[in-house]
Amino acid sequence: MMIVGSALAMAGLILMPLVVVFHDAFAEGAGRYLQALTEPDAIAAVKLTLLVAAISVPLNAAFGVAAAWAISKFEFRGKSVLLTLIDLPFSISPVVSGLVWVLLFGAQGWLGPWLLEHDAKVIFAVPGLVLATLLVTFPFVARELIPLMQQQGADEEAAALTLGASGLTTFLRVTLPNIKWALLYGVLLCNARAMGEFGAVSVVSGHIRGLTNTLPLHVEVLYNDYDSVGAFAAASILAGLGIITLVLKTLLEWRVSGGLAGGRKH
Amino acid sequence: MAANTDDTLALEIRGISKQFGRFPALKDVSLQARDKEFLALLGPSGSGKTTLLRVLAGLEQPDTGEVRFGGEDFLALPVRQRKVGMVFQHYALFRHMTVAQNIAFGLTVRKRSEKPSRAEIKDRVAHLLELVQLEGLEQRFPSQLSGGQRQRVALARALAIEPKMLLLDEPFGALDAQVRRELRRWLRDLHERTGVTTVFVTHDQEEALDLADRVAILKDGQLIQLGQPNEVYEQPATPFVFDFLGQACRMPGLVEGGRLRIADWESEAPKDAPQGAVEVFFRPDEVAFAPADGAGLAAEVTGVAQRGPDVRIDCRIEGQVMELEAHGPTLPPGVAPGLSVRIKPLRPMVYPVA
Repeated sequence: MMIVGSALAMAGLILMPLVVVFHDAFAEGAGRYLQALTEPDAIAAVKLTLLVAAISVPLNAAFGVAAAWAISKFEFRGKSVLLTLIDLPFSISPVVSGLVWVLLFGAQGWLGPWLLEHDAKVIFAVPGLVLATLLVTFPFVARELIPLMQQQGADEEAAALTLGASGLTTFLRVTLPNIKWALLYGVLLCNARAMGEFGAVSVVSGHIRGLTNTLPLHVEVLYNDYDSVGAFAAASILAGLGIITLVLKTLLEWRVSGGLAGGRKH
Repeated sequence: MAANTDDTLALEIRGISKQFGRFPALKDVSLQARDKEFLALLGPSGSGKTTLLRVLAGLEQPDTGEVRFGGEDFLALPVRQRKVGMVFQHYALFRHMTVAQNIAFGLTVRKRSEKPSRAEIKDRVAHLLELVQLEGLEQRFPSQLSGGQRQRVALARALAIEPKMLLLDEPFGALDAQVRRELRRWLRDLHERTGVTTVFVTHDQEEALDLADRVAILKDGQLIQLGQPNEVYEQPATPFVFDFLGQACRMPGLVEGGRLRIADWESEAPKDAPQGAVEVFFRPDEVAFAPADGAGLAAEVTGVAQRGPDVRIDCRIEGQVMELEAHGPTLPPGVAPGLSVRIKPLRPMVYPVA
């Protein structure tokens, strides 16, 4: 019963919408679908989405590794505060994650006038989108790495140091190989969220077509314009991204759990 | 035991203290090790022995104190420049590297100018594998090895950098009793052959007494006693050491005018015994049995049990039941439950009442 129930829920909640996305995208034929995807605003949205992800994912990967390293290998004051901070984006609404940047850098915000004086734009521009995305995707890599690195302990690093390795060599030759699969997994989740984020970027974007609309925002704008084929065509790209993420995630999970099982044999 | 050490001081530790938050892990610890010496740090968990080892390795920095090795200020050197080989309790082998890569690690991370050639590294690894008797396993990964094999890989890896000093943290802690005994002998042999000054941490008194040239006994972050195994076993400095190094029987006693009185029995007090009320400690196998009308502590035998070559004799002395031990030939004939006897501790140690 439970299995049938969850299978039905899967079909109803996940497969059905997926089918609908592709059905509506192709409602007026493949030609119209391709046309919707190749119009300048759509291409700009794809490019912007890729740009935002390309900036925020590596930054958060670097941050995640640094935070996980600090938390799992060292004892220091404020460790629990740092852990809580990492989890913060999980617990607050993405809209708030966007709003804080508006409050900080918006025209009426704390630093707004100063930015205006220097002719710099954060809100309603790419920097704002990057900041909002960074904040929302902040925990993904760190959360993935911390449990693994805590389980592995710091002995291997200590051993490398006593054998004469420098800090950097130790990181590159001992720490990184031990966490690479979990790191990839975290980066993948981080990337999926970065490309799919709506709430936070919606607040800071200003919805300027061709300039500050990322793909999810582009979908909303088109849908509000009753351009259902356009909206669903754009959504199909996001859906495709989701499917690719899912496949990669499954492959990585298999690698990660294999690695953990190998580790447990010690 | 100390025959293979010469008298030059290698390691000098002076006044080391270390706090973790409010917990004092080490309190003013000073000790020395001679060149080529095999020194054991023995103590219960929480005694600070592992912290001291990590201070020597450079993995912890003490709050106060001084560590010198071969005259050099060791605390001024970062971990990687100390050239100490450390073997961790859980081996800490690099799990993604083969046995050969693990052993070669310390050589391959050297600066280009000091790095041996590929062929030299290969030779060294082969030589070390032979030394630790693991030939043929160079392409295995740590997860494919037994505990004893991992232990030996860790040792080979530490020896690869030609360490000035070898530090072993509970080297046999994770192994079963059989492997443990074998490796113990083997490690001692290896030490004789390599002659590297070695400090090892253990909570197992038998291991420490069996392996080490000298044993340092720690408790609550303090060094309680330092000496050769027979010294610390035969002349424990405190009741704690007496208790920690083996079985102990304890009774209250009184020292007056060079005489020691325990219950109704009086004998000559040990040399340098404190005056007044004392605690008397003796080993359960260091006693002599005498008939009820002889000299010694009045005792009633409550049970006799044969245990291999030894006999365990339960006696009630002054109201407390003690488990005494006799080795076959020393057992007086006719000892059986219900018999009254006299028991004479052969080597009582007396300590002032705390």
